[in-house]
Amino acid sequence: MNFRSIQAIYVFEMTRFFRTLLQSFVSPVISTCLYFVVFGAAIGGRIDAVEGVNYIAFIVPGLIMLSVMTQAVSNASFGIYFPKFIGTIYEVLSAPINFLEIVVGYVGAAASKALFIGLVILATSLFFVDIEIIHPIIMILFLVFTCISFSLLGFILGVWANNFEQLQLVPLLIITPLVFLGGSFYSISMLPKFWQVVSLFNPVVYLISGFRWAFYDHSDVSIFTSLLAIILFTGFCIFIIFIIFKTGWRLRP
Amino acid sequence: MTDMLSITGLSKRYNDGQVALENVSLDVKEGEILALLGPNGAGKTTLISAVCGLVVPSEGHIKVGGFDTKSNYRSARSLIGLVPQEISLEPFEKVINTVRFSRGLFGKNPNDNYLEIVLRQLSLWDKKNSKIMQLSGGMKRRVLIAKALAHEPRVLFLDEPSAGVDVELRREMWKLVSELKSQGVTIILTTHYIEEAEAIADRVGVISKGKLILLEEKKALIKRMGQKKLEISLHSPIAAIPAQLQHFQLFLSDDGMSINYMYDTKGSTNEITKLLNEISNADLQISDLQTSQSSLEEIFVSLI
Ligand SMILES: Nc1ncnc2c1ncn2[C@@H]1O[C@H](COP(=O)(O)OP(=O)(O)O)[C@@H](O)[C@H]1O
Ligand SMILES: [Mg+2]
Repeated sequence: MNFRSIQAIYVFEMTRFFRTLLQSFVSPVISTCLYFVVFGAAIGGRIDAVEGVNYIAFIVPGLIMLSVMTQAVSNASFGIYFPKFIGTIYEVLSAPINFLEIVVGYVGAAASKALFIGLVILATSLFFVDIEIIHPIIMILFLVFTCISFSLLGFILGVWANNFEQLQLVPLLIITPLVFLGGSFYSISMLPKFWQVVSLFNPVVYLISGFRWAFYDHSDVSIFTSLLAIILFTGFCIFIIFIIFKTGWRLRP
Repeated sequence: MTDMLSITGLSKRYNDGQVALENVSLDVKEGEILALLGPNGAGKTTLISAVCGLVVPSEGHIKVGGFDTKSNYRSARSLIGLVPQEISLEPFEKVINTVRFSRGLFGKNPNDNYLEIVLRQLSLWDKKNSKIMQLSGGMKRRVLIAKALAHEPRVLFLDEPSAGVDVELRREMWKLVSELKSQGVTIILTTHYIEEAEAIADRVGVISKGKLILLEEKKALIKRMGQKKLEISLHSPIAAIPAQLQHFQLFLSDDGMSINYMYDTKGSTNEITKLLNEISNADLQISDLQTSQSSLEEIFVSLI
């Protein structure tokens, strides 16, 4: 492993993030507040506790996941698409580094940003509702793995995209629906039987369920299934990226 | 001297079927400056990209500093600095940060003293805290050079360094190239400008339609292919070449004041004596004589 090269990419990417720190920080905080106002105060008052958890508290893990997943995908996809678009990628591709080092640099930076935003949202939530996290270590583990796996997914998207429309369309058409239908704001058990089965094909369900388990010791699917799902998903993304670099697809003609 | 770059049987066919390089073989010695000439689309950039790992070769082998660019890409690539043809830089980044990035990316330890030397050499030190987008086109090209030099490469590729650059910067670049050569850096540059190859190269290669059609020492090339021109200035103008001189290859200037004689340096030299004798026999008064050698440009045009 060539740590200096990884560090160079990581620092360069994080500088971009810090340059726009205020935006990176303000927009998730505002949208989280909006969710709390709409779902918590307005709608939540009419909903009883879900699975024994107060509704406002219930949606906190889902809210964090929603932001973390979309941020990870958009940060990572932009992070690799932008140098491809303006041509500066030549330097990374001609450097004496392998695919893993490139991925660790770019994905590490994107995941760090997403993690930062996830923690900011968690902190914001504490202003609205008292939360007790029953399994804090598992919670952090899930959060970190989600940041990494969705950044890997974003990296693939950024390599694949040929224009800015594609870059924005995929998160909008695929990621956001999967996250919304993944039980961010409800428990899968609240759905009719048929849709419960359909939901099990949505990988996001396992992540949100596991994450919520870390908070409230309650989950839609077993925590071990959730852990297995996120490890499989991460491994799958790494495999795809390995193939991309092996074949030079969309990177080296 | 050892070969710093060694290319054997390199071919490149792009996915769309476009053949950009065909069986190119080429060796460059350490500390040598090679200029690759060729029209647009000849395959110069593809050749450089294949060496630097930006393009996957279809066939052939490339070694840099003795290291295979495929099986030993880390060692090979750490020797290479690349200045691409297109100006590709992050617009919002500061000059000093992009240069530090380049150095780190190639796995070198931070060394701001060295980077200062590079930036000063390229007259960029004053601009080290400027954002790229605040720089002029010529300065951006210098930043690209600084980035390529940031990791102390042993082989430098300059892909059309003079495209869109003013005369002053071009001269500065030539000076830098000769300084680098004196430090033993091997330099391969592509160019449209024959005068550039003529001014700085040790050897010249000509690429046309993906094939290396010529590779020769610059001096030998000029000498071998070069024709000389003897310009004979006359005292008073003449209307036409006199009949008794017609068997020489002569061209009369428009104003009739001088006769040009084209000859091969390899040809027999007493032709000139004969010509001068016959000119005086024809009662023409010579006021001046001048010879000149044809430039690479004329050779180049005759090749393609
Ligand atoms: N990525 C690519 N895909 C397909 N064809 C390409 C690609 N890059 C270059 N070419 C083609 O390869 C040929 C050589 O191009 P290039 O190496 O850029 O030439 P030069 O640098 O001498 O102008 C051209 O016909 C060009 O159109
Ligand atoms: Mg070119």
